[in-house]
Amino acid sequence: MTFSPELEARFEKFLAKYPADRKRSAVIPMLIYGQDEVGAVTDELVEEIAKRTGVTPLQVNEVVGFYSMLHRKPQGKYHVQICTNISCLLVGGTELWEQACHKLGIGHKQVTKDGLISLEEVECMGACSWAPAVQVNYDFYHDVTPEQFDKLIDGLAAGKKPEEIAEVVKVNC
Amino acid sequence: MLYNQPHPLEVRVLSRRFGLPNSQSIETYLANDGYKALEKALDMTQQQIIDEVKVSFLRGRGGAGFPTGIKWGFVPRQSPKPKYIMVNADESEPGTCKDRLLMEYDPHQLIEGILIASLAVGAHQGYIYIRGEYRYLIGVMDRAIDEAYAKGMLGDNIMGRGIKFHLATHSGAGAYECGEESALLESFEGKRGNPRIRPPFPAVAGAYQCPTILNNVETFCAVPPIILNGGAYFAGLGTPKNGGTHLVCISGHVNKPGVYELPLGFNLMRMINEVAGGMRGGKLKAVIPGGSSCPLLKADECDIAMDYDTLAAAKSMLGSGGLVIMNEHTCMVKAALRIMRFYAHESCGWCIPCREGTTWLKKLLTRFHEGMGQRSDIVLIGELSKNMLGRTFCPLGDAAALPTISIVEKFREEFEAHLDGQPCPYEKSSRMVTA
Repeated sequence: MTFSPELEARFEKFLAKYPADRKRSAVIPMLIYGQDEVGAVTDELVEEIAKRTGVTPLQVNEVVGFYSMLHRKPQGKYHVQICTNISCLLVGGTELWEQACHKLGIGHKQVTKDGLISLEEVECMGACSWAPAVQVNYDFYHDVTPEQFDKLIDGLAAGKKPEEIAEVVKVNC
Repeated sequence: MLYNQPHPLEVRVLSRRFGLPNSQSIETYLANDGYKALEKALDMTQQQIIDEVKVSFLRGRGGAGFPTGIKWGFVPRQSPKPKYIMVNADESEPGTCKDRLLMEYDPHQLIEGILIASLAVGAHQGYIYIRGEYRYLIGVMDRAIDEAYAKGMLGDNIMGRGIKFHLATHSGAGAYECGEESALLESFEGKRGNPRIRPPFPAVAGAYQCPTILNNVETFCAVPPIILNGGAYFAGLGTPKNGGTHLVCISGHVNKPGVYELPLGFNLMRMINEVAGGMRGGKLKAVIPGGSSCPLLKADECDIAMDYDTLAAAKSMLGSGGLVIMNEHTCMVKAALRIMRFYAHESCGWCIPCREGTTWLKKLLTRFHEGMGQRSDIVLIGELSKNMLGRTFCPLGDAAALPTISIVEKFREEFEAHLDGQPCPYEKSSRMVTA
């Protein structure tokens, strides 16, 4: 299996981080970065990571089932994650979640027909003091109002990139 | 900007560099006392470093509140095995969002704290386990680590003193359970994040079964100020046996939610009314004092000093500093349900009382909130929770049970108000969407 030169370089760096007889430590970082490029955790990706870390494909597969960010099926181009845990719940997180489901006609862990947007109701993402919080792929959006969220979903559905939607600004650097 | 404008009541020790221009860069750090504590520690013995941390009464900021110096003292320094430093940056406790700021605005403070810990036990390798959702912070920390290598703070010859220490980040992939120390170690080794039976504790058998110092981000960040200004200075900021300041993450129904650095022992009502700008949308009903694992406090219990021992005496916990403030319009049954849904989702399934208990409680609470509960269910919810306590490898079972028990005991009338098919008194229709 071949990867982009960037990912190859990253994998090489990962494998060098751990003691020579402890390459298994690289399995989870390789899975998540590999998934970002491949689009999902495919059987080929599992085989390849097993080969490079010196474990069995079964040992990689048992990990895949455990972690919530690892997905066997491709997600949308924009994976919209909405927190409804306690701090977000108190200030409108659940309403944002319902708004998204209603607007897109999809539910938890589902993808729109055009493959553009997928939704996930997620647990606490560490943005409690800036609730309600939303993550699009790896970007954080804080203190999201229903109006802003409306624009975000409309914009993404119309094929805009998140940075082209003026109403919302990601907070991470 | 994640951090808020400094509040006059704050005591900014760990957060004092937040807001400086280019606060992530090593130049800014060096111009503001950066790596001076490391320089000092290089002239101290291992025992002197550990003793200074003991004097500071720094206690683990990840939630358990165990004295850090004592934890470090458990590491068998004479062991022939390699020793590791492991940083828990898997911040996932609902209500908690402080480690994000510490890494985003002052990554070198964390690196310096890790380096001092490595000197204290003779470790030559460290890892920062960062939750997968914090992808951008992996970039921030990687850049800071590269800078530290370039300046000779990391590598084979730290500050030209012939001492070796290497540091790298490690990405998680989404699992609350991996914030628990032994599950974190399993996950770090490339396995499912199931907890280990203890003893042996990580100090003796941690990463790769080698002696390991494993602490929360904030705990490591407190070490440079302790070494630089002395343990007594840090201890003096807090209350007896509860040293220093901590980052309090305030969320929920207040006017100015945010992360504030306050001394241990700061009064909770003053936090709400003076620091966080007072209640929003109604009177105070309840507070989660330290992340969703902690027993809740009723409004009349909130005139309390926020430190480990005072909260323990009040049968709650300081936890990880995640303060969730709820006003009078909050349905406590719904709050209990949402918290339990979280634990049922995050239970790793290793221990049956937790795996089955959280799932059953989620079902019971869902039924209750939808108005189909029976009077006997109130007792059942309490009893089921109590039967989980102390019967699991890791504290996740307790973390699910404790807030539930407190809500059932302290807000029983709200459960009764949901009986006999009555709709939730706090909302027009029951709208809990279950994943």
